[in-house]
Amino acid sequence: MSGGVDLFDLAQKEREEQAVYRRTVLCCGSTACLSGGAQATQDAIKGAVAEQGLEQDVRLVATGCMGLCSRGPLVKVRTRGEDDVLYADVDTDAGRRIAEQHLGAGQPVEEKALSLEHPFFARQVRVVLENMGEIDPNRIEDYIAHGGYRALRDAVSTMTPAGVIDVVQRSGLRGRGGGGYPAGSKWKLLNEAQSDQKTVIANGDEGDPGAYMDRTVMEDDPHRVLEGMAIAAYATGAIKGYIYVRAEYPVAVRRLEQAIRQAKRHKLLGKNLFGTNFSFDVEIRIGAGAFVCGEETALMASIMGQRGTPVLRPPYPTERGLWGHPSMINNVETLANVPTIMRRGADWFANIGTETSRGTKVFALAGKLENTGLIEVPMGITLREIIEEIGGGVAGGKAFKAAQTGGPSGGCIPLKHIDTPMDYDSLLALGSIMGSGGLIVMDEDVAMPDVARFFMRFCMDESCGKCLPCRAGTYEMHELLDALIGGRGTAATLARLETLCEVVRTNSLCGLGQTAPNPVLSTLHYFRPEYEALLVPDGAHLAGLPGAHAIASAAPATNTSERSA
Amino acid sequence: MSALRAAAPGATTGPPPADDPRVALLTTQLKKVRYRPDALIDVLHAVQDIYGYLSPEVLTTVADALQLPPSRVMGVATFYHLFTFEARGDHTCTVCTGTACFVKGADALMSGVSEAYDVAQGATREDGSLSLLEARCIGSCGLAPVALVDGAVVAKATPDALIAAIRNAMEASVSAEDAVREAAAGEGGAA
Repeated sequence: MSGGVDLFDLAQKEREEQAVYRRTVLCCGSTACLSGGAQATQDAIKGAVAEQGLEQDVRLVATGCMGLCSRGPLVKVRTRGEDDVLYADVDTDAGRRIAEQHLGAGQPVEEKALSLEHPFFARQVRVVLENMGEIDPNRIEDYIAHGGYRALRDAVSTMTPAGVIDVVQRSGLRGRGGGGYPAGSKWKLLNEAQSDQKTVIANGDEGDPGAYMDRTVMEDDPHRVLEGMAIAAYATGAIKGYIYVRAEYPVAVRRLEQAIRQAKRHKLLGKNLFGTNFSFDVEIRIGAGAFVCGEETALMASIMGQRGTPVLRPPYPTERGLWGHPSMINNVETLANVPTIMRRGADWFANIGTETSRGTKVFALAGKLENTGLIEVPMGITLREIIEEIGGGVAGGKAFKAAQTGGPSGGCIPLKHIDTPMDYDSLLALGSIMGSGGLIVMDEDVAMPDVARFFMRFCMDESCGKCLPCRAGTYEMHELLDALIGGRGTAATLARLETLCEVVRTNSLCGLGQTAPNPVLSTLHYFRPEYEALLVPDGAHLAGLPGAHAIASAAPATNTSERSA
Repeated sequence: MSALRAAAPGATTGPPPADDPRVALLTTQLKKVRYRPDALIDVLHAVQDIYGYLSPEVLTTVADALQLPPSRVMGVATFYHLFTFEARGDHTCTVCTGTACFVKGADALMSGVSEAYDVAQGATREDGSLSLLEARCIGSCGLAPVALVDGAVVAKATPDALIAAIRNAMEASVSAEDAVREAAAGEGGAA
């Protein structure tokens, strides 16, 4: 242990400092609650604490996301020897009342309290989000006091790289970015690559519109990402790490930069960690708004300061990655699972979830539900449980119509499949994907062709333009959907749309194009009558259909597309 | 982000004067990345922060500094959505058009502001007072539909609430804006 920081000392000191206070007020300071006025609430509580002279008794912490974003700002009061009390919708008045009644007089403000037995919380299992709402993301000491960096220290000082990979493989952890590739197998590939310039890359380019799992992890528990990366680097022999973050997430960038500085200061990143010859450094790279950069090869191009256009695989990044050296890209959530898996063991993790999908999944639960926010649930929980129990059912007494997963690459799950277990394989069988974790619930008022067009417009805008099937195909599919929705489509329009879906799916260069037809295919599969109701009889409709002549030859054009791909 | 940003719309043509403080800011940034060509995207972000948008002149400066062909700099700058080649209005209203916001009526927000302020989606009003933009997803889906007025989140927005937020932002900043303009004019006069 010579040369390394003594984590136990640091953790012990932090815990002792925290134990001085009888009460801790945990104020959610994540983006959603801040948007709802959490800063003013915190200031109000702080002011009222000072007025009553309670500074020696009460510790105020601005924490990460507590999950129930639709009821924010959220505030939790923890008192030694008592149960936690969670308050929802805490405006400044409520904050002051909590400070006076609960912190001052010891009487919880019942009408603002939300039971922690509430199914929104009770049904969740927290692995990735275990520190959310518990620690101050600005302080490395708080992370360490909650067991942080212990897994890294133990891995580096007591395990072989092969031993670490073995744990990750046995845990059954699969990639959380959408594809579900076994993480341990990927690590093994990089481990076996021969090079002294290997890199690990954390993919924080969360481009799926309607998802904010990775943003929350990076903002609210940044050290967890760094620790996961460092463990991955030790296991694979990488010397350098990059975190690729969307530019739309400035808070995540700031928190990660700060976390890197803190970790270096405590010698948890840098040269000769824990007195061994393992050295590892992390750099942040910021995107500039391009959905395609979530694709591995495009992401690497962007890190190298180029246009984010994908290239054909193989060679895979583990053979030829950044600047030609072997590289490995893991999603932020995948890496965030690693410290806990190492600390609690492969068996513990493998016991959560299903046979083929181990562990938990974080979902950004949004759309027309009573409770929306960030949730972490065991794999295999049914969609019904998520919607009815955690989500509190569809808002306003409306009927459930469909849930959309996987964003622009995914599909819709209709009512008849509401009892489907949420795992990689079940979702794939339904024509959707797990995706990165966006879960958007739609009620009876939402028209499915509109949803398909919404995603197609997204894919059209985001197509990088490199390969023809995706560049022209997404445009044409959008035009066809526009024609259908605008009452200018016939049965032939619909048939062309279906043909084109197949052409684009099978001939595009990268995942963006290959999966772009999914929202159309899936809504067509489950809600075909809605499309058919839009059709008009054959006739003068073609006048208003741009590009109709090009589509007519879509089927024979397949060969052309293959050549260009 | 930079206080200088407010002064950007005035400077559209010709090379910046040598004592333009923005040049020094950009030089600092270039030194920070040690003129590495692979830091191009970082540098473009810095240019946009400093100048408010990417002008052909500054892009040429960047190409020279990083020893990259101008075509490469232009190619990268035009590839990414967040880079803009025109000065933004004094105020910006950004409507999130992510999936959750779409489901909850982002369209109505967009058309409401567009009509109320006579500004097209993605455009800036002729008098330069307001730009109406769309964002892919700002990741506040639990609060959908959301919009940003000058960077401040308007959660669970309605068209009326959003229009009110824009009006407040415009009224609140009238005096502050005057001060910035005066300061900018003062600087110009001194140069």
